Amino acid sequence: MLLLTCPYCGVTAEETEFSAGGEAHLTRHGPGSSDHDYEAYMFNRKNPRGVHFERWRHAYGCGKWFLAARDTMTLEVLATYPAQTSEPPAEVIAKIKLKRPDWEGYP
Amino acid sequence: MSEIMRSALPGAEFTGFVQVSEAGLQGMITLRADLAAPQLATALKSATGCAMPKTRKITRDGAHSLVWMSPDELMILCPHAEAPALTDRLSREMAGAFVTLANVSDARAMFRVTGAMWRDALAKLCPVDFASLQTGDIRRTRAAQVAAAILVTDAQEAQIICFRSVAGYMFDLLSIAAAPGAEPALYV
Amino acid sequence: MSHRLPNGGRLIRRGKPQSFTFNGKRMTGYAGDTLAASLLANGQTLVGRSFKYHRPRGIVASGVEEPNALVGLGRGDRYEPNQRATTTEVFDGLVAESQNHWPSLDLDLLSVNNLLPQFLTAGFYYKTFLQPRAFWKHVYEPIIRRSAGLGKAPDDKARDPDRYEQIYAFCDVLIIGGGIAGLQAALSAAQSGARVALWEQTAHWGGRAPVDGVQIDGKPAQNWIKTTVEALEKMNNVHLRLRMMGAGVHDHGYVLGYERITDHAPATQAPRHRLWRMRAGHIITATGAIERPLSFAGNDVPGVMLAAAMRDYLVNYAVAAGNSVVVVTNNDDAYRTAIALRKAGLGVPAVIDARAEANGALPQEARALGLRVLTGRGVRKVKGGKRVKGVEICRIDSAGTAHSEVFDCDAIAMSGGWSPVVHLWSHCGGKLTWDTNGHFFRPDPNRPPTGADGAGFVTVCGAANGVMSAVLADAHAAVVTALGRQDLPMPAQDQLPEEDPLEPVWIMPRRAEYPLRAKMWLDYQNDVKVSDVQLAAREGYQSVEHTKRYTTLGMATDQGKLSNINGLAVLSDALGQPIPATGTTTFRPPYTPISLGAIAGEARGAVFQPLRRSPLHDWHAANGADWEPVGQWRRPFTYKRPGESRDQAVNREVRNAREAVSLLDASTLGKILVSGPDAGRFLDMLYTNMMSTLKPGKCRYGLMCNENGFLMDDGVVARIDEQSFLVHTTSGGADHVHGWMEDWLQCEWWDWKVHTVNLTEQFAQIAVVGPKARLLLERLGGMDVSADALPFMDWRAGQLGGFDVRAFRISFSGELSYEIAVPASQGAALWERLMTAGADLGIMPYGTEALHILRAEKGFIMIGDETDGTVIPQDLGLNWAISKKKTDFLGKRGMEREAMVNPDRWKLVGLETLDGSVLPHGALALGKGKNANGQAVTEGRVTSTYFSATLGRGIAMGLVAQGPERMGEELIFAGPQDKRIKTRIVDPVLYDKEGARQNV
Repeated sequence: MLLLTCPYCGVTAEETEFSAGGEAHLTRHGPGSSDHDYEAYMFNRKNPRGVHFERWRHAYGCGKWFLAARDTMTLEVLATYPAQTSEPPAEVIAKIKLKRPDWEGYP
Repeated sequence: MSEIMRSALPGAEFTGFVQVSEAGLQGMITLRADLAAPQLATALKSATGCAMPKTRKITRDGAHSLVWMSPDELMILCPHAEAPALTDRLSREMAGAFVTLANVSDARAMFRVTGAMWRDALAKLCPVDFASLQTGDIRRTRAAQVAAAILVTDAQEAQIICFRSVAGYMFDLLSIAAAPGAEPALYV
Repeated sequence: MSHRLPNGGRLIRRGKPQSFTFNGKRMTGYAGDTLAASLLANGQTLVGRSFKYHRPRGIVASGVEEPNALVGLGRGDRYEPNQRATTTEVFDGLVAESQNHWPSLDLDLLSVNNLLPQFLTAGFYYKTFLQPRAFWKHVYEPIIRRSAGLGKAPDDKARDPDRYEQIYAFCDVLIIGGGIAGLQAALSAAQSGARVALWEQTAHWGGRAPVDGVQIDGKPAQNWIKTTVEALEKMNNVHLRLRMMGAGVHDHGYVLGYERITDHAPATQAPRHRLWRMRAGHIITATGAIERPLSFAGNDVPGVMLAAAMRDYLVNYAVAAGNSVVVVTNNDDAYRTAIALRKAGLGVPAVIDARAEANGALPQEARALGLRVLTGRGVRKVKGGKRVKGVEICRIDSAGTAHSEVFDCDAIAMSGGWSPVVHLWSHCGGKLTWDTNGHFFRPDPNRPPTGADGAGFVTVCGAANGVMSAVLADAHAAVVTALGRQDLPMPAQDQLPEEDPLEPVWIMPRRAEYPLRAKMWLDYQNDVKVSDVQLAAREGYQSVEHTKRYTTLGMATDQGKLSNINGLAVLSDALGQPIPATGTTTFRPPYTPISLGAIAGEARGAVFQPLRRSPLHDWHAANGADWEPVGQWRRPFTYKRPGESRDQAVNREVRNAREAVSLLDASTLGKILVSGPDAGRFLDMLYTNMMSTLKPGKCRYGLMCNENGFLMDDGVVARIDEQSFLVHTTSGGADHVHGWMEDWLQCEWWDWKVHTVNLTEQFAQIAVVGPKARLLLERLGGMDVSADALPFMDWRAGQLGGFDVRAFRISFSGELSYEIAVPASQGAALWERLMTAGADLGIMPYGTEALHILRAEKGFIMIGDETDGTVIPQDLGLNWAISKKKTDFLGKRGMEREAMVNPDRWKLVGLETLDGSVLPHGALALGKGKNANGQAVTEGRVTSTYFSATLGRGIAMGLVAQGPERMGEELIFAGPQDKRIKTRIVDPVLYDKEGARQNV
């Protein structure tokens, strides 16, 4: 069972306090979008072996959504950061690169 | 009106290795706003006497408390009868600002867990390191299968707030956790 | 015969005899005994029958690894099967019975299985019971079930009366295992100032060091153990627990601990078991090692025991496993047993050592005591059936065709070396390495399980680490490495005589022929022999995981604690590859079985799951509520009066709402405040229709879809003021919709100024329904509820009977209806006031079933009935509620997909059976012909179906292919038992189509 740190309230808590929300940094494609873009938005997910960006909500805590960079192989939590961003912030990228020098980068 | 108002579980009480009791009617106001706004701190200070709490802290002045709930949410604790007027007063004072106030006194139930071993009782229900909680701290978490807010009010007491509909569940949980003979001797 | 010696026994208290029964026979043990020790002390060497062959079995081990001595404990509601006698502490009144025999332990008729040599070999079931197929269920399976198995399940009426609980705990360093390694690790870690927890699965600290004669700083280990435990107990950063097993190590330092609080003292008030959910910064496992059996013919005859276990019984409990014991070994350690037995005055006819030479300190000490040591020899076979009678010896490198010597004896002590307990290390991904000196798998410190920060979070020390001497230094080093602290005080020094290396012996004798191999047990509990694993290899099983499942090696309740390494070695040999190439099977938690009660914890009975009660719950309960679960809510389905059936009560409630006035508890309805400058804009995105144009004081029905365009929730939105709306959701949908709103606000439109507050539980909401509803409210006095002052789809705040309320003119029944919201604390009082004031109007409450019927008569959809996550609003004829003006709302793009605009989609219609009967729930309409799978084609299904008391007939709604264009057509629905039900497609609104009744 994972341990995650909520970047809003600063609590490090076990997974049961959170709810998972799937892949982070999806771009919403609404009316007028192509079938291809809509499909990518709704259904196509990365499922990488390694560094993954995902959404979590501190559901039983402060109620805030946040994002996590996590290694799907080792379960290492590389960073957690606020959700109000459309791509991983530079300092998060730098943190990951430090730990995973051969990571191909985002996206 | 007081005779027609009922808290969630009036008079519920259990004595085990700690005492569990329903706290009765308690005024609670949800406030959502930019907590850093100076105007807000001033309005709250004058209406409640309490300073703006820091992250996961409670400030208190007599019967009033400000409880940090999230980066943009406080809960104001006050006498139950006072809640509607206090909600109106703060709404007026903050008119024009992006602030939302709602009286939620009746949406919740409050329990007191009293006794030196309150951490030992709550540790059976909440995935929380209670050694890290001191008087004046608030921790939102879950108790078994429902959301709970734990307010450490005193070395000998914690208050548990949950939704009103699950007051019976919470009382049963707390009573089971506090059963005589079931002291885990973890914190005490 | 096994028996109690007159002196000794470091763990027993002779002044405290304990009386217990085994298979009804009264026996006496001492406080401090395990049940196994007491049984041996009473001469009970036969303790059970084996799984497949019903062979007589005795006690092999002295701890958790015991495969044979499984007993049923307790009786009645407290009966529990498959409990290990070796980990059960004896107490006064204990009741134990042996398992898997018929009719009795001594005379087991099913042991006939044992006489057919080819019977029940690996894959026997697969090969034998394949044909004829019908035979499996009716002939083979019942016989096999009777014959094979362990303990019997408790009676299905039994209800465990004991209490169980769980607890969350936290520490910096958790040490699992309270032997001398664990104690030293705890001491070193505690001296660093860290918050330390130390768990020991038995009732005693110190592990086997005192039994093995370990000296610490020149004194017996017991002295150091006592001092160290006392020191730890005084430190307030240390938490010590006995009878606490580290059951599993999981991700990110999460460890489950299984505490057996009252198993040994059942009369106390405490919970029986407590499951610890520990989160540790670092874990040090000091779980010791388990001795391996030797594979020789008849190694399962009662009286054959692990050498160290025999030593445990002797030293700890003063119990002798026999009067005359032959020791068989491939290492020096077993000589300790021979020496201890001899010093206790017992007979040791010989020590049989497989090695060519045995000249270490211990063999020399044994010889000096006059013991006869035979090297280069092994056991050819054990003589005896229910009891060891003797042993035949042969050359270790021979085929065992003839014996060289025979010894009479009544017990055999065997030792095949030691296997470190690596389970906890391995649970979460720690890797192993094969130790070529010790011939065992030990943790590879370079490949530990890794935690949230990517660093290894488990360290192993002592025998679990493959370190058999200088254990304290190893434990200290583990702490130094884990905490990165060089400044901790140096530990004491433990000393043991030097030992010569063991020589691996996986089959004894090495070239044993089939008849011997077919009697060499690897897995005692599942009856797997050397010959079975070899057969599997011959049949092509190469993966150890496949061989495990094919032969069932290591799959019993002991999970192969004794058998795994020997089995791997035999498989590797048969495959002609080294042991590391074969690898191990996966170690999975829990380490030993834990009780279901501990897993359930507090979640049983009344608190099995949260039950949500409305503010009016008590009134309902006192007034005949027949409950129905709605999500976690409990709502009245109907209110039964004396003598009424459910149906009669429901019909009465439906008629009364149409004819007089009725109350519904609508408190469970979701109520979410949406407030802020962008609230209108936000709701326009959430709902398919326009909400921003709603005027304060007005209500509007709206639909919410997910991004697929599928209908998710519906309800009435009331505009409170310029900046705020009150959103009503379905009862089951409130939390989800609130979460949905927060998701969009936090993660997509974070610059929009909108707050949400879930007010669902702040208000009790009472629907006052029926033609006399207005009359009733007027009697309460207060706000004007006339049609002019409060028209249909408006709301007002005001007072009614002195209560501060919001009154919403909305209707889910088609009748004149007001929903009155009042703070929850006043809900019950308002409800009772209404009931009293309406007594002469015929007022009565109605439940959820009447609510459903009333809405179905009106053709109102219900989320979850008419929708199932694949239905778009257009399917339900709700096009009117989808804005054409808005350029965007959630779900709009999804609805534009090809499949969503297909004219053949199933759409909502009303359904009436020709004979007036009620259609079955979910019934399918039959189309013409069959589909590609040969199934009947269907063209519709029933979504809601009821008996309408108003119309006096069955009514239904359903989704039918092109339904709205087929009004008046007949459909055939399939009912139970191939019934065909003729049904006509009709308008879904079956009552008051114009809506005159609600708008008065």
